[in-house]
Amino acid sequence: MMKKLRRSMLFLPGSSAAMLSTAFIYRPDSIMFDLEDAVSLKEKDSARLLVFHALQHPLYKEIETVVRINPLNTPFGLKDVEAAVRGGADVIRLPKTDTPDDIDQLESEIARIEAECGRPVGSTKLMAAIETAVGVINAVAIAKSSPRLMGIALAAFDYVMDMQTERSDGSELFYARCAVLHAARGAGIDAFDVVYADIDDEAGFLKEVELIKRLGFNGKSLINPRQIEIVHNAYAPTQEEVDYAERVIAAAEEGDRQGLGVVSLNGKMIDAPIINHARVVLDRKNASGVRQ
Amino acid sequence: MSHLTQALQALSGSARQYERFTGAHTHTPYLADPRQKYQRKLFDSIDDVLERCELHDGMTISFHHAFREGDKVINYVMAKLAEKGLRGLTLASSSLMTCNAPLIEHIKAGVVTKIYTSGMRGELAEAISHGLMAEPVEIHSHGGRVHLIEKGEISIDIAFLAVSCCDEYGNASGSGGASRCGSLGYAMVDARYARKVVLLTESIEPFPLTPASLTQDQVDYIVRIDSVGDPAKISVGAARVTSNPRELMIARSAADVIEHSGYFRDGFSLQTGSGAASTACTRFLESRMRKQNIVASFALGGITGTLVDLHEKGLIKTLLDTQSFDGVAGDSLAKNPNHVEISTSVYANPSAKAACCDRVDIVILSALEIDTDFNVNVLTGSDGVMRGASGGHCDVAAAANLTIVVAPLIRSRIPTVVRQVTTRVTPGESVDVLVTDHGIAVNPARQEVKARLIAAGLPVVDIDTLHQRALLISGEPKPIAFTSRIVGVVRYRDGSVIDVVRQVKA
Amino acid sequence: MKIVKAAIAGTLESSDLVVKVSPGEEGLDITISSEVFKQFGEQIAAVVKETLAALNVTQGEIIIEDKGALDCVIRARLQAAILRGAERTDIVWEKL
Repeated sequence: MMKKLRRSMLFLPGSSAAMLSTAFIYRPDSIMFDLEDAVSLKEKDSARLLVFHALQHPLYKEIETVVRINPLNTPFGLKDVEAAVRGGADVIRLPKTDTPDDIDQLESEIARIEAECGRPVGSTKLMAAIETAVGVINAVAIAKSSPRLMGIALAAFDYVMDMQTERSDGSELFYARCAVLHAARGAGIDAFDVVYADIDDEAGFLKEVELIKRLGFNGKSLINPRQIEIVHNAYAPTQEEVDYAERVIAAAEEGDRQGLGVVSLNGKMIDAPIINHARVVLDRKNASGVRQ
Repeated sequence: MSHLTQALQALSGSARQYERFTGAHTHTPYLADPRQKYQRKLFDSIDDVLERCELHDGMTISFHHAFREGDKVINYVMAKLAEKGLRGLTLASSSLMTCNAPLIEHIKAGVVTKIYTSGMRGELAEAISHGLMAEPVEIHSHGGRVHLIEKGEISIDIAFLAVSCCDEYGNASGSGGASRCGSLGYAMVDARYARKVVLLTESIEPFPLTPASLTQDQVDYIVRIDSVGDPAKISVGAARVTSNPRELMIARSAADVIEHSGYFRDGFSLQTGSGAASTACTRFLESRMRKQNIVASFALGGITGTLVDLHEKGLIKTLLDTQSFDGVAGDSLAKNPNHVEISTSVYANPSAKAACCDRVDIVILSALEIDTDFNVNVLTGSDGVMRGASGGHCDVAAAANLTIVVAPLIRSRIPTVVRQVTTRVTPGESVDVLVTDHGIAVNPARQEVKARLIAAGLPVVDIDTLHQRALLISGEPKPIAFTSRIVGVVRYRDGSVIDVVRQVKA
Repeated sequence: MKIVKAAIAGTLESSDLVVKVSPGEEGLDITISSEVFKQFGEQIAAVVKETLAALNVTQGEIIIEDKGALDCVIRARLQAAILRGAERTDIVWEKL
């Protein structure tokens, strides 16, 4: 079965009726309804209801939905969880995840709500957002803290403030990116990179996407639909990569048919990681074609 | 001498009428008088001109709309005609805009009782949709208007044509001066067929004004007025490419369709509307044209700054301009030798000996509504009120090799894809592909195009699927209630009646 | 639920709506104006009535100014306005 691609995660302000009413046309891999930073304090209640209802719209059921709740130590967090779980969100994104306890606390609330509303317990997944130095340090433990955790994301805005620096050429995120990535791979979950705020700087955005793809990130948080195409294209394999991947899969299948323990292609041994990567390459090609 | 013509007359019988020579200036008396020789057409005020025009009730008067929302002449002349107490006029303007709301009063007063136009907007359109006029409005396409004029159904007594500048003989242009409209493609037709042609201009240039869009041999009178239009509203600067992500998505999808349609090859020709999605689509085509070394042979119709840009970059050889949509296009017309002006007749007249639209490969059009048989409505909103124009839509759709309609599936809860259009302007058989933000639908009559698009991996779906999707999102709209009274007649390009517009129930 | 104070929710952006609620003593007084009234006026009224009934709101003045919002948005904004107007934060999710 094809592993869920999460190259593009489009943020939508939960308070924008217009965006909630149209965003399903953009076909990102995931849509993130934001109840946290994008929503002003006095609109938290109204946005929560918008998102609760939007989640149940048939056209959003076709796309993976994520809800970024407010932290549980705010007056809003728990209500956000109720709305997200009951509304049918696939994933809940917890901002400012500093320790595994944060995940545990959220998980127990979610389990309770799932039981109350008749949703299969365990069906709501989690995403941890790392936004502080402590979070980066605890990333490995956080990534392993729950079977519901499907991914761990780095969030730059608060992180660079916590680090007493500012966004610039990427060196300010260097360690955090590597740490989050390793934590994710160690736990077998996805890793997501930061938002790129300047939507008019397409060249700068593409450069950053290419970097994080090379590092190994599964995808990136986006704030404008125009960014989706760029990410999908950057993640799309070249024709050479596709041709090679097809040969790898063919060789693997041939090996299976012949009952061989070891598969080889052009005299070189190809093992499970190579075969798995070939599958990922073909998944990406099936999703968005070959790189333009 | 007299018996010379008598003898000739006897020879030829009634086959020929001979007249005796009586003097060099007998039939051109103005040549004898210096002022007459040069300036007989010039008048200081429109009132003086109107005195000479043999105005009478029931006349047909015409205008053109190249000055778009900045036009002042239509309202100006109509007010003068109303002042003169005329009644029962037939107004044949190539189109009418929001700024023509003052016509409502003239209609109420009985000055105008019949209108021929390509479209109308704003208060005027609302009023007419709600039954302002006793006789229905005739809605025609751009090409269809010329056909009606040639056939004689529109028989223009006087054409009042606003121009940017002209010389004292009436050679006129839409370039130069403060109020520039660019191409005078519509006016060229009126100048040819009207019994009397009056030019209204802001500036009189030295003779001879060249190049002349309207030529001196067609012009009767010239009036200099302070302002033919508001430059700020005539032509805004070249439209910026939209940053609206939904429009960009539709535009990119349309460019994908064009690229894989089978018609995207060196020497192809295209026409695009002026809408945001069409303009953006042209931009997306640019990179694909470069990559595949494709140069378009021509672009036709309403010319925009985006098309000019491609032309100046060498990607489109020739621009055939019937209307310059913005200032960049107007300036380009004046300076680029391969950006040429064509009359509406040459552009799209179905009864012309040849029309340019017949050579178009790909056209991108918009739609207010499109139904599951691909019929298109560009005239009435979903509330039944007229708010658009037939324009060149059905002309080019009929003739082009590939007609693409671009539209969002839903606009503010109103579905664009419907079971049956409110008003049919372009028949479904002329429409090949619909590109929306929810997928692409191909007319079943174009299976080969559909196969190519599917092979290219484009999101092709049935038009019924799109319709169902629209209903899923918006809910089913209640049908608009109309009375049985007809307020508009939609004439297909050949003059036949393709649909009617009925009065909306208040 | 009882509306005890005037409250408002939503915006006049395209695809949104503004809902104003205020207390009333004589049953429900609902006014709807919409950009798409002819096509969806009845549908909007039905959604409004259904939403009020589910929250057991039987008195009050409800004014809706709609800019082409989908049903799910109408429900959300109306519920937000009512909860604000009733000064209630306890939500019975099944009723929404």
